[in-house]
Amino acid sequence: MVTETGNPTGLEPVESPDYEAPIKGTRTMVLNMGPQHPSTHGVLRLLLELDGERLLKAVPDIGFLHTGIEKEFEVKTYQQCVTLTDRIDYLAPLSNNLTYCLAAEKLLGLEIPEHAQWMRVMLTELTRLNSHLVWLATHAIDIGAMSVFLYCFREREEILRIFEMFSGQRMMTSYFRIGGLALPAPRGWQKRVKDFIDIFPERIDQYENLLTNNQIWIGRTKGVGYISLQDMLDLGVTGPMLRAAGLKIDVRKDSPYSSYEKFDFEVPIRTENDVYARYLLRVEEMRQSTRIVRQALEGMPSGSHQAKAPGIVLPDREQMKTQMESLIYHFKIVTEGFRVPEGEVYQAVESPRGEVGCYMVSDGTQKPYRVHWRGPSFGNLQCTSKLIEGTLIADVIAALGSMDFVLGDTDR
Amino acid sequence: MIPENLAGDPIVAALADLATTAKFEFEELTIEIEPSKIVQALERARHQLGFERLTSVTGVDRLPSEPRFEVVYHLQSIAGKKRLRLKARISSGVEAGVNPEIESVTSVYKGADWYERETFDLFGIRFLNHPDLRRIMMPEEWDGHPLRKDYPITGTRY
Repeated sequence: MVTETGNPTGLEPVESPDYEAPIKGTRTMVLNMGPQHPSTHGVLRLLLELDGERLLKAVPDIGFLHTGIEKEFEVKTYQQCVTLTDRIDYLAPLSNNLTYCLAAEKLLGLEIPEHAQWMRVMLTELTRLNSHLVWLATHAIDIGAMSVFLYCFREREEILRIFEMFSGQRMMTSYFRIGGLALPAPRGWQKRVKDFIDIFPERIDQYENLLTNNQIWIGRTKGVGYISLQDMLDLGVTGPMLRAAGLKIDVRKDSPYSSYEKFDFEVPIRTENDVYARYLLRVEEMRQSTRIVRQALEGMPSGSHQAKAPGIVLPDREQMKTQMESLIYHFKIVTEGFRVPEGEVYQAVESPRGEVGCYMVSDGTQKPYRVHWRGPSFGNLQCTSKLIEGTLIADVIAALGSMDFVLGDTDR
Repeated sequence: MIPENLAGDPIVAALADLATTAKFEFEELTIEIEPSKIVQALERARHQLGFERLTSVTGVDRLPSEPRFEVVYHLQSIAGKKRLRLKARISSGVEAGVNPEIESVTSVYKGADWYERETFDLFGIRFLNHPDLRRIMMPEEWDGHPLRKDYPITGTRY
């Protein structure tokens, strides 16, 4: 963008205000935590001003993982963009796929068959388990409980194998497409999923045995990381953080999407509003997600995995060999994509971290005119200063862990 | 002008004197607000209409039409289970030597802070009276604003 003439936008660069060292008479230390610190779970950088072990001021610095995904949305066709959404929040790729697909389907006015909707619910809940397992594993290892990490990753491996079975990919599945699912469900998926959810509640008990009544765990987490509910609402926090402060808010219940209204599950609530409460809450969420997966597995309606929408959904491989029309549609979809009617929509989905929102603007062409991704981690991280200022530096690790942020989601 | 079919809507009615137009599409209500009255509109939305949460602030670049930029605010009422989109169109001003600018809404919703920084960073829209308006995604010394439509997508330098 730099040209010979300098800055083409004509805007003055804004000076960053110098980081002030306050305090009368005492000497404080400024500690730079991250962007490579293991407990920042990625590339979060925190400037901490310390008086001994007490934290006076914290300034988060993000943007190290900014990859211009929102810009890239504008140069890819609608269906190609699905692969970008995986990479935003790489621990909950299917929740992101779902958000994006629902937004585009709203603009297109597509009706998704029930089978595909239920499949989406099942896999999104498995994603929630996957994400919560990584959260619990890394949160525990931050605080010093090594073995929990190994147990959690053992179960996560099983979930990733299920994803691989469905889509051929372990992490960046891109399994949900505009109009339904990428592929029909593989043969034998029921047994695989059933084996997993049969054993999983027991495994949750194992983690709880290690942590819930563990004196060290309680000592490190109880009463730590308090932030008032009003502050969280003001600063844009969503998801488990709010629920651990006693607010019953969950997009799945408040504005159900993809048939969530047909599932029977509870939205767990805690009121203690500390790191320990957030831990108990997410563990309970894992149990509830297992419940949803079981209901989806047992009541899975039969039907097509894709909507009947020629021109949007790729035609059947076999039909393409016999029907001219299918061949033409295939060619057109692959080479130039499909047009989406003009308009703008906002679609919210409850991801493991909170409300993920996709604001999509279409100008009637084959590519999105603008997509804004409201990542839950971005909103959640905004409360960092409020959350950790005034605490001890050891508690910073516990408090940050309890937020469960993903930097890819923050920086996009 | 507010279309007649929406004039009876309580949310539209409460903001009618600040609004330029409104629409209800895809089950979502969008109200366009005069840019100079955006703070007033958000204050009213928060305190009178009960939209206690600001979900996001972002921009849309409508190059080459004028006014060029849209600043989009998404609000949510948790108790009322409602969502609302407010929008302000501001002209680019680049040709006239001024910056596209709009009043910051951080005085109403503290959480607008980072969202406005992001919009400033990626679109170059100045938010007046923002407590700490600096880049958030791009490096501090970066030239240009990547989400503008005239920002090159390919090139040899970046």
